[in-house]
Order: sequence, then structure tokens, then C-alpha cells
Amino acid sequence: MKNDSVSLTIDGKPVQVPAGTALLLAAKANNIDIPTLCYHPELKPEGHCRLCVVEIGTAPRTRLVNSCTYPAEPGLVVQTASAKVLASRRMVLELLLAQAPAGEHLKEMAAAMGVHETRFKKGDPAARCILCAQCVRTCREVVGVSAISMAFRTPKKRVATPFAEQSEACIGCGSCVFICPTNTIAYTEKDGIRTVWGRKFELQPCNKCGNYIAPKAQLEHWAKLTGDPVESFYVCKDCR
Amino acid sequence: MTDPQRLETIMSRYAGVAADLIPVLQDIQDEFNYLPKDELKVVAQHLNVPLTRVYSVATFFKMFSLEPRGKHLIRVCLGTACHLRGGQRLVETVGRRLNVGPGHATEDLQFSLETVGCLGSCAQAPLMMIDDKYFGRMAVDKVPKILKPYKP
Repeated sequence: MKNDSVSLTIDGKPVQVPAGTALLLAAKANNIDIPTLCYHPELKPEGHCRLCVVEIGTAPRTRLVNSCTYPAEPGLVVQTASAKVLASRRMVLELLLAQAPAGEHLKEMAAAMGVHETRFKKGDPAARCILCAQCVRTCREVVGVSAISMAFRTPKKRVATPFAEQSEACIGCGSCVFICPTNTIAYTEKDGIRTVWGRKFELQPCNKCGNYIAPKAQLEHWAKLTGDPVESFYVCKDCR
Repeated sequence: MTDPQRLETIMSRYAGVAADLIPVLQDIQDEFNYLPKDELKVVAQHLNVPLTRVYSVATFFKMFSLEPRGKHLIRVCLGTACHLRGGQRLVETVGRRLNVGPGHATEDLQFSLETVGCLGSCAQAPLMMIDDKYFGRMAVDKVPKILKPYKP
């Protein structure tokens, strides 16, 4: 059907994508790379990092938009590497470098784009969080428990559990730790105890092989989701 | 009225959907003068929203406070015009008089001191507000007289 696909121009190249496709994905499908920090294919894009900005429209009426959230429109002219875009990206990186001076991934990315130093006042030298909200979105959309969220507002904005206490909703699954691109979230596992977000979770060993499967709280969460008795999860996937 | 009753009265005015979150929090803020932790937990349950969401909203907006607020709220403007005309000195003077830092309440919970970005009356800078009343063209030496009627 004709209505389902739209034609637009990305970096001078005519492309066709299904209507509503985010510009980022439209570019990717045509082998045009746009750097991102907060984008993840499994999560709904929310446009936090502003690194994926592209310039749309024709001179002199152009503007910068987030390519991860902007849907493809018929006849749209998109530039992914114009002078304006590159300047904006470098600025975003400089600001992020000031906010999270300890983030190696960020530093590498910045260096690759020619940003080696930030002109802005650096915050806590050990800070790594870039507020991409991938952890928050994973917890909400994938895990489905919403144990963490953004709290306060800039410049105090941070990811936190409610009242900065141990979260009752947390199941200790560690998805937030896994998804975090900057290794910000503290996480330890020792003697059958997993510690994340300041709460200790007892790990359940497999009934057959004795290897730890997952925190008890997570297995209880599974049991609640599936309606099966929690004991049915006490065998690890290798022994099943 | 005991606290659960006060909360019950507020909740009974709403349909109990997620979109009611901010109005409910505003009512709690008015009724309790802050957002008590236990009440927020009940709100999350009633509206069927995650507690994280409630916490996120409660910490985002400046009109909400998670700490008990004083009986009278003093807002000192630090907008551009007020800043140029000595807003900062005004905050310091009020703070010193009441022995309280911006963002906090006095020990007797009579006053809370806050700074704001603009009170929308720049022509009268520097400006401060106590509860709903504006005090324009402020000067440091006017502070004691203005605070007097509000003191216990």
C-alpha cells in the first residue's frame, strides 16, 4: 500500500521507510550512522541525551530535532552531519563530560568526535551517570516493576529509589545494572547475597545443581506473573 | 481529624486514576503543609501508580515539599530584576533574622524560607511574598517590621 511508506531524503540520499519510522531508524536502515547514548532498540525512545540530533528542512528554515523520536514525514530533508548538527553534538558531549567526568564510554565517544576537554565546570569527578534513563525505562517497560525513577530536577536530578530508601518494588533482577551504559549502578554478589540499590537480596540456589538462579524476590515475581507455584522456578534453566 | 481520615477525605474527591496524581498531591500539600511519606504510599496504592512515579513528581515540582513546611511560607524572589536589586541580600537578611536557610523551615515550624525564580512583578523589585501577600520595593531594613505580625 502506498500510504504505508514515505519518501524522504537523508544526507542527499532518497530513502523509503514505513510511515512513522523514527528518523534514527530510517537512517540506520540506509547505513547512515547517528551516534546515540540513551537509545536502546528494546526501549521506547524518550530523547534524553540529545546526541542523536539531526537537522531537518531546507535552508533557511531548518531546525534540529531528536532523530530517535521524530517520525519520518513525506518529503522531509534530513541532514545527519551538517555543521549545525556536529556543533550541537559536540556541545552535548561537552555538557555530558562536565556532568559525568568518570564515564569512559562517554570519553571515548567524545574523543572520537574531537571533544577532548569540556569548557564547563566539572561536577563530582567520580560521577558517571548521564541520566539516559535506560535503567528507569528497563525497570518500567521490560521488568515491569518501576522500582527506580528519576527524582528531583536539574541540577540535582538523579536516578533514585522512592525516598532514597530500599525499594519495596525492587526484585533484585539487576536489569538496570546490565543496561547501564556507564556502569553507574552499584552491584555486588557475594555468598548468595546480591546487593543492589542498597537492598540485599537472598539468591535461590538450583535444587539440582546448586548454582544460584536468581534472587528469591525475582522468582516470586515470576510466580506472580505466571500463576505457577514459586517452587516450580527453583530449578535452573540448565537442569530443567 | 486523624491523618487517615484527612487523606480519605481528599481521596474521596477523586476518581482514583493516575491522572489525579498531581491534584491529589496538591490537596495533600495544602492539608498537611507537606507531603508525608506514609500518605504518599497510600496515594500510590489508591491511584494504582508506582511509588517511584509519586516520588518523581513530588520531588520535581517546587510547590511540593517532602519536609514539613512552616505555617507561613516566605518566598524571596531571585529573578533577574530582583537579583540586580539585592534579592540575595534580602534572602540572607530574612534567613539571619529567622535563623533558617533557604529551602528549610524554622525549628518552631512558624516559617519556611524559599527562593523563587520570579514572582511576576519585576517592576517592584526586589520582591518577596509571605503566604499570599506581596511585599514589593523591599529593603533590608523593612524586614523586621514585615515579619513581626507573622511571629507567634
